[in-house]
Amino acid sequence: MRYSALRILKEALTGHKGWTPAWRDPEPQKAYDYIIVGGGGHGLATAYYLAKEFRQARIAVLEKGYLGGGNVGRNTTIIRSNYLLAGNEPFYEFSLKLWEGLEQDFNYNAMVSQRGIINLLHTDAARDAATRRGNAMMLHGADAELLNRDQVYAMYPWLNFDNARFPIKGALMQRRGGTVRHDAVAWGYARGADMRGVDLIQNCEVTGMRIENGRILGVETSRGFIGAKKVGVAVAGSSSKVMAYAGMRLPIESHVLQAFVSEGLKPLIDGVMTFGAGHFYVSQSDKGGLVFGGDIDGYNSYAQRGNLPVIEDVIEGGMALMPAIGRARLLRTWGGIMDMSMDGSPIIDKTPVDGLYFNGGWCYGGFKATPASGWCFAHLLAKDEPHKTATAYRFDRFLRGAMIDEKGQGASPNLH
Amino acid sequence: MSQTNRISGGQIDRSKSLRFTFDGVTYSGHAGDTLASALLANGVRLMGRSFKYHRPRGPISAGSEEPNALVELRSGARQEPNTRATVVELFDGLVAQSQNRWPSLSFDAMAINDRFNTFFTAGFYYKTFMWPAAFWEKVYEPIIRRAAGLGSLSRLEDPDDYDKGFLHCDLLVIGAGPSGLMAALTAGRAGLRVILADEDFRMGGRLNAETLGVGDQSGADWAAGVVAELASLPNVRMMPRTTVYGAFDHGIYGAVERVSDHLPVPMAGKPRQTAWRIYTKRAILAAGAIERPIPFENNDRPGIMLAGALRAYANRWGVAAGRRVAVFTNNDDGLRTATDLQVKGVDVVAVIDTRSGGPLLAGIRHLQGAEVIDSRGRLGLTEITVRSAKGAVETLRVEALGVSGGWNPNVSLTSHHRSRPIWRDDLAAFVPASDAPAGLIPVGAAMGDLSTHAALRGGAEAAAQVVADLGHGSARYDLPKAEDAPVAITPHWYVKSDKGRAWIDQQNDVTVKDVKLAHQENFTSVEHLKRYTTLGMATDQGKTGNVLGMAVMAELTGKSIPQTGTTIYRPPYTPVSLGALGGRSRGKDFKPFRLTPSHKWASEQGAIFVEVGMWLRTQWLPRKGETEWRQSVDREVLATRKSVGICDVTTLGKIDIQGTDAGAFLDRVYANTFSTLAVGKCRYGLMLREDGMVFDDGTTARMGPSEYVMTTTTANAVTVFRHLEYCRQCLWPDLDVQIISTTEAWAQYSVAGPNARKLLQKIVDQDISDAAFPYMGAGEITVGGLRARLFRISFSGELAYEIAVPTRYGDAMIRALVEAGREFDAVVYGTEALGVMRIEKGHVAGNALNGQSTALNMGLGKMVSRKKDAIGVLMSQRTELVREDGLRLVGVKPVNPAEPLKAGSHFLKTGAAATAEHDDGWLTSMVYSPHLGHHIALGYLKNGTARIGERMRAVNLLAGTDTEIEIVSPHFIDPEGERLRA
Amino acid sequence: MIINHPILGPRDAQEFVYLGDAALIDRPDGLTAGNEAFHDYVYLRDNPAGVHRELWYHEQGDRSWLVVTRNTVTHEITGVELARDVARSRGRSK
Repeated sequence: MRYSALRILKEALTGHKGWTPAWRDPEPQKAYDYIIVGGGGHGLATAYYLAKEFRQARIAVLEKGYLGGGNVGRNTTIIRSNYLLAGNEPFYEFSLKLWEGLEQDFNYNAMVSQRGIINLLHTDAARDAATRRGNAMMLHGADAELLNRDQVYAMYPWLNFDNARFPIKGALMQRRGGTVRHDAVAWGYARGADMRGVDLIQNCEVTGMRIENGRILGVETSRGFIGAKKVGVAVAGSSSKVMAYAGMRLPIESHVLQAFVSEGLKPLIDGVMTFGAGHFYVSQSDKGGLVFGGDIDGYNSYAQRGNLPVIEDVIEGGMALMPAIGRARLLRTWGGIMDMSMDGSPIIDKTPVDGLYFNGGWCYGGFKATPASGWCFAHLLAKDEPHKTATAYRFDRFLRGAMIDEKGQGASPNLH
Repeated sequence: MSQTNRISGGQIDRSKSLRFTFDGVTYSGHAGDTLASALLANGVRLMGRSFKYHRPRGPISAGSEEPNALVELRSGARQEPNTRATVVELFDGLVAQSQNRWPSLSFDAMAINDRFNTFFTAGFYYKTFMWPAAFWEKVYEPIIRRAAGLGSLSRLEDPDDYDKGFLHCDLLVIGAGPSGLMAALTAGRAGLRVILADEDFRMGGRLNAETLGVGDQSGADWAAGVVAELASLPNVRMMPRTTVYGAFDHGIYGAVERVSDHLPVPMAGKPRQTAWRIYTKRAILAAGAIERPIPFENNDRPGIMLAGALRAYANRWGVAAGRRVAVFTNNDDGLRTATDLQVKGVDVVAVIDTRSGGPLLAGIRHLQGAEVIDSRGRLGLTEITVRSAKGAVETLRVEALGVSGGWNPNVSLTSHHRSRPIWRDDLAAFVPASDAPAGLIPVGAAMGDLSTHAALRGGAEAAAQVVADLGHGSARYDLPKAEDAPVAITPHWYVKSDKGRAWIDQQNDVTVKDVKLAHQENFTSVEHLKRYTTLGMATDQGKTGNVLGMAVMAELTGKSIPQTGTTIYRPPYTPVSLGALGGRSRGKDFKPFRLTPSHKWASEQGAIFVEVGMWLRTQWLPRKGETEWRQSVDREVLATRKSVGICDVTTLGKIDIQGTDAGAFLDRVYANTFSTLAVGKCRYGLMLREDGMVFDDGTTARMGPSEYVMTTTTANAVTVFRHLEYCRQCLWPDLDVQIISTTEAWAQYSVAGPNARKLLQKIVDQDISDAAFPYMGAGEITVGGLRARLFRISFSGELAYEIAVPTRYGDAMIRALVEAGREFDAVVYGTEALGVMRIEKGHVAGNALNGQSTALNMGLGKMVSRKKDAIGVLMSQRTELVREDGLRLVGVKPVNPAEPLKAGSHFLKTGAAATAEHDDGWLTSMVYSPHLGHHIALGYLKNGTARIGERMRAVNLLAGTDTEIEIVSPHFIDPEGERLRA
Repeated sequence: MIINHPILGPRDAQEFVYLGDAALIDRPDGLTAGNEAFHDYVYLRDNPAGVHRELWYHEQGDRSWLVVTRNTVTHEITGVELARDVARSRGRSK
């Protein structure tokens, strides 16, 4: 079924009887050509592009819970391509371009909204670093602008300009950055994949891998063994757990990242903003909630919940930057499990097991990467070679010394 | 205005009248009222508008679960959006406005949405607004965003203060209803340190809202008596107006105390609110239960409320929400509303009971097996339509309807660790599972014990168990007599209707139809249902609606409710103001200031300061007549290079390292060797991370055979010390080495320039001639007999020393240095001049020391000794890190000396297109060199060392500049180091 | 979270800085171990969903490095030891 304004009109006039399921709930078949483990944003996008762009068939997505229940359903919805390093920037710019045409591509309004992102700068050194970054972005064909203090003031005069511990000296802006309705991304990909014959199998947890003579034969699941020629794992948060079934240890730790939303407020912040002197970033959703976050809690965790020190730290940053929000209220906090990699950058690569492929290590940048991650993973699965924008995302980069360390923090996952 | 709906009784102080305004109209209420009870007393039922359809709404509850009656409280900078009128304690002069309506609450133009509701079904926006693609940001979304949100912020700085505090106790009791009071009493009498917290301003919970007796008293009187006793116990802390909003790990609870919200403005010196962290050995959750409605067509009109709320307004506040009322129930508890209101003299028109059997009320028209199927009244309820068991339909004129669909135990906090509650058929409700947070014990109604007796017993028993567990013996308690009626409920989840809309989530306008559509489109998992329809995502987080939505979905899928899913809650239990969680960390107090020893002197001189981490450092010191910063900085640089300059370098990290293995230890943490360093000498040290990247640099001096003094960069002072402790304790635990940070212990000044020695010689007691104190010398000296340290090291390339005195002499030292320097025209220079001189000399710092660079990148590859095992050495030699064409530190100057450079510009070959494949590196830092008379920069350039002399471009696309440059040695002045050794 | 410091008793985890898996104690010898061994040591982690032994540093306290045994699913802490003692027990000395 194709969605359109006309369709809504027709359904409204006929009692909405004609809407059909957004996707089927098929029973798993005995075997597939491709199994994607993980029905989150990246897994669903992978299946969608495998079917649509790479013309592959006999594809299943196995999801232990409900579709879109991973980090695609619990992030702060930001998209941007303001990366510094050559290993990252082409990939994220590719992703941003895919976002820009996504809704028409999968016929689902995911509310891709390019209202701009600004990274506030508070020191001369930060401005120099932002200049390096902005130029790197532009060399890669992305957009960037350096704003001075007055330009920031013109956008948000109610920020703390007069009494700041770390005064605002300017900002790096990417106008094409913005937000996307996160759940709708999962649903749009799911619906698009289902329409192209992909079996989306919910409540189907992978519990093991059948590997013989170095080759994958399929996966053991809570619903029995399912054979596959190729298996792609995209289970960020649980990467170490699933890849352990193949005997692999990963350059990844699982950490909790908390996110926050306030009660609904009349429009206050148009775009996305990051505070350069505290751990705080914020945007305002189309429903009016301030959606914000900060740093990870900093300890290994699979609990999907965090603790008070970080909650307070994030909100202290918010109050320091935006003293007008004191009378707004925190509505909800939640936590997701982040695949924190050893250099802060992801992995999309083959594994030592023939037919087993891995996609993970997204740290807390996975949402914005969803379209390109799906596309590049599908490319790797279908063609056995990396997509040109994802050539740096290899396992062996740590052995070779080709880390992609945007923050320069080294092998300390909780600092990325 | 008169309080037309005020009736007798209640726990309000009728001797105290309070005036307040709502939407500009002045009303009066009494002390003890909430804003909602006072408005209802004045006959005002319409208090808000719903989010999507802008439907007129009044309160459905009398507590914090309220989804409808949200107002903007106060005005000006204190304006507080989305405040529940049901929990606002009335004060004299209170001002409130309705929100999310235009132009007025009674006439809201946005209610047009309601007319078009058939288009605005759940998820409709996912299916449209896609064409043309550019229209989303430009047309559709701006319209949606303008309509979004509920209340508004003033955009002014919140004028009130907020505090944070820490409390410790043996037992935290959350909720002061019958079970909580009994628990606190039992534990308090047994001597435990108890905190009793309740979100209400009056403790007693449902006892205040019911006519049920406890012992031989009314419930409210019994509660007041217990509260009085508890307040008299020194080991019990009573915290009314305090919401325990979150259960965190290991017995830590977040709570917010509304210290001043019941006052027009906080009292002098008092915060508006205090955010507490409560550390407790055990917690008893006595949070009660929350009633749920029965959705029926048009069940959202002002005047339709929960049956328990209707009788709470009557019993606690002496308010009849209407003069003619009816009750719609599927359980016995709902019947209490009818009897209580009738006793109060309110006209109870009918009780519509969905059950066919059960007790029949006397003296009230009690329709069994009947349903309310519709209602009327544009801005407030005027009549309901009732269908009898036999299908007869009649309309009843009423102003208020109390609805009871049963009670949900308030499991919120028990699910904060993601424990999923379990279903109990006999209650038709979820109760906490046994894997609730460790140490948290749910009791009373929160555990599903809904009778007063069971609540009292549950509280007492749980407290007695805690007393025993914590080793305080066996607690004694007497249970007062109380009703013990069993829960009698026959689930009736909603009233079926073909066409109409029956609201489940009132604030977000989620109706039974929306749940049906979600089912039709296969959004059947509870999470999909929530996210697709927005059920439970409003400011009440689904406290009254979630279970109903699940029940409807369960019916549609043919599964049981527990098979359909469970509902869990995330912190906070109710929304918490951001101000409270931010506390005092705002404005200039966001982070502490660290001030250098020369700060006071520099302030007197009118210095310009700059934030360096938490430090404030002198950036430059303007002199009279200097209007532009470069004038000051150029002067400071030139004066230093010509004669002598003084700079406060106290912020550099300083670590004393002692022990017989100190040298061996340093050999392992530095890439170069220190064990061979002679006593009385310094050496520049390069510290790597284990991944081979440069971590930090600085000079380390050997003060004695087993005594070293290390310096670190300002930025890494803390992390280097942490790393050294890690190496010492975790990697080589038996090395004889002790370390201590002395950053704050020593005030340290750099004295640099050709006259540095002459100046210092006036200050120090010892001979510091080149022979006595050669280049890179270090040692203990005295200054006027006082202990001091002297290092002959230089960051500027000049003859230079750093002199350290105990911090308490730092102020005297700067003054002495300046005084001694007068004859040399000495200057004090700041961080800008420091930066100029270090770049002129080619030292890496700042953005070149970025955690992404190796010693080889910095031109320091030879410092990495391969003869010993030091942190990071092996990994620094990986293939990609030792590539010939890798980045190397170079100097940069503009071909045209008049042209400026900009740090962050990228290197491009002459003629190369400005694209990534031609990106050859970037300029890390740039200054104007007054010494050379043009801009200079350092940068990382691919294969840079081999390209010295090459002409290329520094391109800054952000500014649109493209500057021809020449690559030069990074050492712009005195490359042979003759000045240093002078 | 609360960490029961073996010397100082229960302390709020906020006083500590986290490093990671206590396997970081088992540093290979830089002169004899090869790149592969160091790569595994520096970059690979077990990352269990369950019991995890990990290094915490009492930065705002007595500067002890501790090995905390904590469940990464429930956050329950079942053991706290001085890292120095653990290091010695694993054969580390000078």
